[in-house]
Amino acid sequence: MNTDNKTYKKYAAGRAKKSPILKNCASAFASGGAICAAGHGLRRLFIYAGLSDDNAGMLTSSALILIAVLLTGFGVFDTVAKHTGAGTLVPITGFANAVASSAIDSRTEGLVPGIGAKIFTVAGPVLVWGISAGAVWGIVYFLVGAVFMKGGT
Amino acid sequence: MSRLPIRLEKSVYIAASASAAGKNEKEGPLGDCFDLTSDDDRFGQDTWEKAESEMQRLALDAALGKAGYGQDSLDAVFAGDLLNQCVASNYGLMSFGIPFFGLYGACSTAAESLILASLLCGAGAKRCAAVTSSHFCSAERQFRFPLEYGGQRTPTAQWTVTAAGAFVLTDDREDVRTDASVKAIPRIAAVMPGIVTDRGIDDLSNMGAAMAPAAADTLTRYFSAGADPGEFDLIVTGDLGREGAEILRDLIASTGRDIRRNHVDCGLLIYDCDGTDRHAGGSGCGCSAAVMASNILSNVRAGVLKRVLFVGTGALMSPLTVNQKGTIPGIAHLCDITGEVTK
Amino acid sequence: MEYLRAFTVGGALCVLAQILIDKTRMSPGRILVIYVVAGVALGAVGLYGPLVEFAGGGATVPLTGFGWLISEGVRKAVDAEGAVGILKGGVSAAAGGITAALFFGAVASLVFRSKPKR
Repeated sequence: MNTDNKTYKKYAAGRAKKSPILKNCASAFASGGAICAAGHGLRRLFIYAGLSDDNAGMLTSSALILIAVLLTGFGVFDTVAKHTGAGTLVPITGFANAVASSAIDSRTEGLVPGIGAKIFTVAGPVLVWGISAGAVWGIVYFLVGAVFMKGGT
Repeated sequence: MSRLPIRLEKSVYIAASASAAGKNEKEGPLGDCFDLTSDDDRFGQDTWEKAESEMQRLALDAALGKAGYGQDSLDAVFAGDLLNQCVASNYGLMSFGIPFFGLYGACSTAAESLILASLLCGAGAKRCAAVTSSHFCSAERQFRFPLEYGGQRTPTAQWTVTAAGAFVLTDDREDVRTDASVKAIPRIAAVMPGIVTDRGIDDLSNMGAAMAPAAADTLTRYFSAGADPGEFDLIVTGDLGREGAEILRDLIASTGRDIRRNHVDCGLLIYDCDGTDRHAGGSGCGCSAAVMASNILSNVRAGVLKRVLFVGTGALMSPLTVNQKGTIPGIAHLCDITGEVTK
Repeated sequence: MEYLRAFTVGGALCVLAQILIDKTRMSPGRILVIYVVAGVALGAVGLYGPLVEFAGGGATVPLTGFGWLISEGVRKAVDAEGAVGILKGGVSAAAGGITAALFFGAVASLVFRSKPKR
């Protein structure tokens, strides 16, 4: 099989056992849907308790984060997530797991170079690009507003 | 020509070998073969890196004990692991005070260290050792994700083995301690260093496909120099896993030779892969080191296996080159091991 | 009924990510970044707001909701304070979630020890 690299790559990819995508999607749908519905319920509960919409949303996220962090610490999250896949990754729980697991794993390297720095291994990119995208949107929104105000009135 | 096998002019024997392994490995098909195991994979240490070092120390200590050699009598030790700067070896073997060579050949290090130790033994040194290890928990966090991170593995992904293997070599047959159960003494007859081979695979979760062409290259060169695959009771590759092992058999078949009958892969021997998270099998330099040091060499000593070809396979990427969209080069080092029958 | 809507929309967003993982071998970290940025973009063009109205937790709990929160924060801050809002709005709106994740994560790392996988 003295083929070129492209052919070999194709051959290797072609014979590789594929992920069970239907099964994965079904469990992602069920688990992700359940987490979102639970989040929705929590939000209702906070609003019922008299909190503002904004604060209820914030506390809902925080509560889900707390639960995910605890499950991560007890070593439950990863054993569940290998079945649920994107179902636990995409909700805020996945972000919380990424933060907590990086921090727990790097504890032996100390508070500053370990926990302090490595806590951002997976979460850092999300914050950097999410916040930067927000800033770009802000610039656009501001400029459009400025032009519209001048031209419009 | 430099690409031919190196035949050892002076006989070099494996006087003893020993292994240490974690819990998943203990529960695998070869669980009873390992000399030392730890049920929490920590080996009494507070960090995973120290646990890996301790495995190396325990493995070499056990091998020296079996051989009946004092640590002062060793001329050199060749050792390696998967961690940055080879720290598991550096720290783990420090206490022995043996002249030390640290190696990195990824998962091929078991074979690489065995080759170099045997060559030094044949070149004037009397006794040398080769030690290698990998630890799931230290490797996972260096190469992939934190341990508690909730990710999914693809079916072609391999599982880093938590284990260490140590081999103690001597240039003198009389220097090998034997008893009635030893029917043969493993002798390293020839070695064949591998060539870095890159066939463009860039999928980190299909390293078997990246390493198989290197193994095929080394084996084909060895067979072309005058050996027939049928001469060997076993052709043992390091950690190609299910994917890589099947690709290797295909690649060798395309050269008109057949290794289907006698080829096994340490990554497939060490775990019962079906229906578990091990997926395509074990990997890591502790995988082949521990399997060779325990099961395979025991069978050589018992006279069950008379001739074994050991091909340690390695994938030579780093997390950085993967991020830079680099491909994954492979390497495969070969040791031809013969059981020399005792009187 | 509203819970069913939350379940379906949230589940669908997860399925989309699962397809990306299985079909493109994209790393989970990359998917999270794409989701956040997509949330900002969809929020900016005014598409995500209606989805939140429709699905509630189904749209706010996934990471796209985090992005939407940032875009909403920026919009409101620019409306209220002009250009300085560009720098203030996003993180202010997401402050609770960020603090919760980092604080709980840091505390967890002091309490828990990493464990091997079986």
